[in-house]
Amino acid sequence: MSELNLESMSAKQLLAYYSEKAYQDANEAHKNGKLICWSASVAPSEFCDAMDICTVYPENHAAAIGARKGSPALLELAEKKGYSIDCCSYARVNFGYLELLKEEALTGVTPQALADAPADRLPLPDLVITCNNLCNTLLKWYENLAAELHIPCIVIDVPFNHTVPMPQYAKDYVKSQFQYAIEQLEQICGRPFDYDKFLEVQKQAQRSVAAWDRVAKMTSYKPSPMNGFDFFNYMALIVCARSKKDSEIVFNKLADELEEKLKKGEYAFGDNEKFRFTWEGIACWPYLGHTFKSLRSLGVLLTGSGYPGMWSLHYTPGNMDEMAEAYASIYTNVALPEKVDAIGKVIEGGKCDGIAYHINRSCKIMSFLTVETADMVKEKTKVPFVTFDGDQTDPSNFSPAQFDTRVQALAEMMEQEAAEKDKKAQ
Amino acid sequence: MFTMGIDVGSASSKVVILKDGETIAAAEVVQIGTGSSGPKRALDQALSKTGLKMEDIAKTVATGYGRFAYEGADKQISEISCHAKGIYHLIPTTRTIIDIGGQDAKAIKLDAKGHVKQFYMNDKCAAGTGRFLDVMSRVLEISIEEMAEYSARAANPATVSSTCTVFAESEVISQLSKGIAKENIIAGVHQSVASKACALLYRAGVEEDIVMSGGVAKNQGVVDAISRELKKPVKVAPNPQTTGALGAALFAYEEAKRS
Repeated sequence: MSELNLESMSAKQLLAYYSEKAYQDANEAHKNGKLICWSASVAPSEFCDAMDICTVYPENHAAAIGARKGSPALLELAEKKGYSIDCCSYARVNFGYLELLKEEALTGVTPQALADAPADRLPLPDLVITCNNLCNTLLKWYENLAAELHIPCIVIDVPFNHTVPMPQYAKDYVKSQFQYAIEQLEQICGRPFDYDKFLEVQKQAQRSVAAWDRVAKMTSYKPSPMNGFDFFNYMALIVCARSKKDSEIVFNKLADELEEKLKKGEYAFGDNEKFRFTWEGIACWPYLGHTFKSLRSLGVLLTGSGYPGMWSLHYTPGNMDEMAEAYASIYTNVALPEKVDAIGKVIEGGKCDGIAYHINRSCKIMSFLTVETADMVKEKTKVPFVTFDGDQTDPSNFSPAQFDTRVQALAEMMEQEAAEKDKKAQ
Repeated sequence: MFTMGIDVGSASSKVVILKDGETIAAAEVVQIGTGSSGPKRALDQALSKTGLKMEDIAKTVATGYGRFAYEGADKQISEISCHAKGIYHLIPTTRTIIDIGGQDAKAIKLDAKGHVKQFYMNDKCAAGTGRFLDVMSRVLEISIEEMAEYSARAANPATVSSTCTVFAESEVISQLSKGIAKENIIAGVHQSVASKACALLYRAGVEEDIVMSGGVAKNQGVVDAISRELKKPVKVAPNPQTTGALGAALFAYEEAKRS
């Protein structure tokens, strides 16, 4: 890998390189006896990184398997094990994968399904860390992993934010959770927590987040040089390499490329950017190509999404109050008016003409509030919306034809609104 | 000038030929849908009825589930916009549409100009659609056409509480085995479809005039059940299966005028 000239590589090549490297590093670390942690996607990564524990992210891994059409075999394994189809499909893919890893570890033989899984290998963990800022499924999921493997489970419990700003007592509680996590890590590692490295890791995380924000800003230009579906591709690194230099390098490279395109007048859809829309919710990974192509055929460009923005976690390095607030205030952990406000800002930032809500069978937290959310966002922003049924990684819960009808109707509504605006302007 | 709208549904194919954007020259329905000979047969019937040839048609717009599979169209437009267009053309006082077809149900809210302001469709489930009625019709050994007549005679409507079509089928079989009159069971089946449709309507917002379209609108038992549930009158669009095709033909006329 040292022979590679990273300077000359495109952002896309760098993304592939660093994504693969993250898994290679983890497998290498596992071979060398370093501790491996499986982490929930928006759990604070800074603590494990400070203790030189190699962290990998099952949600990220499940999404990659889903995008490469490999989830059905693993979902079936999890269902055989007794996990209901109503459980989150990220969790089911991961539990299916866990079964295969366990079988390999116990028998020394790699099961064919594991060899066939279209994703980089996850090493078995020595500990897991989770946080319920995203959903409560993550608690039971990671507790289950820990119970299955007889390993420690670190839980960062954060209270739901019924009010804003977050009250001091709530921040104090989250800080106490951080402190307890530090004590658990000291016990697991058998050495004191490295506060100096922790500060450096926090600084790196903030540089990576700043670079991610640079990328996110690119869809605010009209026409946009960036296709917002790329958020779904590049977000792998803000999830799994947030406190590493790798993500900063890739995001800055991408932002540089997009700025260059903007200067040259090269846009994502060329001259065919008819409308811009917000995708609210997680991507349908197994149908990423279909959903993109269906929208592109209508000239509808994705320029807003709240999901990738969840990892835009801002705090001043060294300030634990701010870090507690950043992790506890992501938009899935705040009351409805704040969630509506957050989506409204996404629509405004992306200069969106409409919004499509993914009613995701897997993700109750992002779906059950949708009816109310959609009405409130419509009231606030006046842009038309549609809802569609789907799933993040279970392909059986998505119907391409139904999706196409709904987004085509959205495009027609946006066209109608634009025609009315033109009429009024004349 | 003649324009054509073709609505290729999941369970039926509909063609409307329109003269000068106003007069319906032909409105044909064949009870088989996309992937079958239905679209071609409906098209041939419409052409034969009018004595026209394809080259006489200025523009064709396709809609419905199979709109992209039909190759002869100049443009594809969603069934939401086409139903709205067709029904508003027929009944300009329409503000709310409930359309129930073979595999989907949709509630559409219109503004005073007939523009779609909001719509909701059923989720990925056959409950509350024509398919639900098909299954019940088979179990009850009563044809779809007879169901309205049966429910009108119901003295004590049964309750079909299951949402899932398969569970509801079991429930209906169980009611039959208990000796409950078919009239009462069918009234319960209609009520079940109505409650699913009204859930969509309430989400979209109910404003009069409420107009029903789609194949299921031909079943007065369902129309009455929806009206009872909403406590408001529900009109049925003339020739309710062809309103989508009519809307498509109207869009085709606008396209033809532009080009």
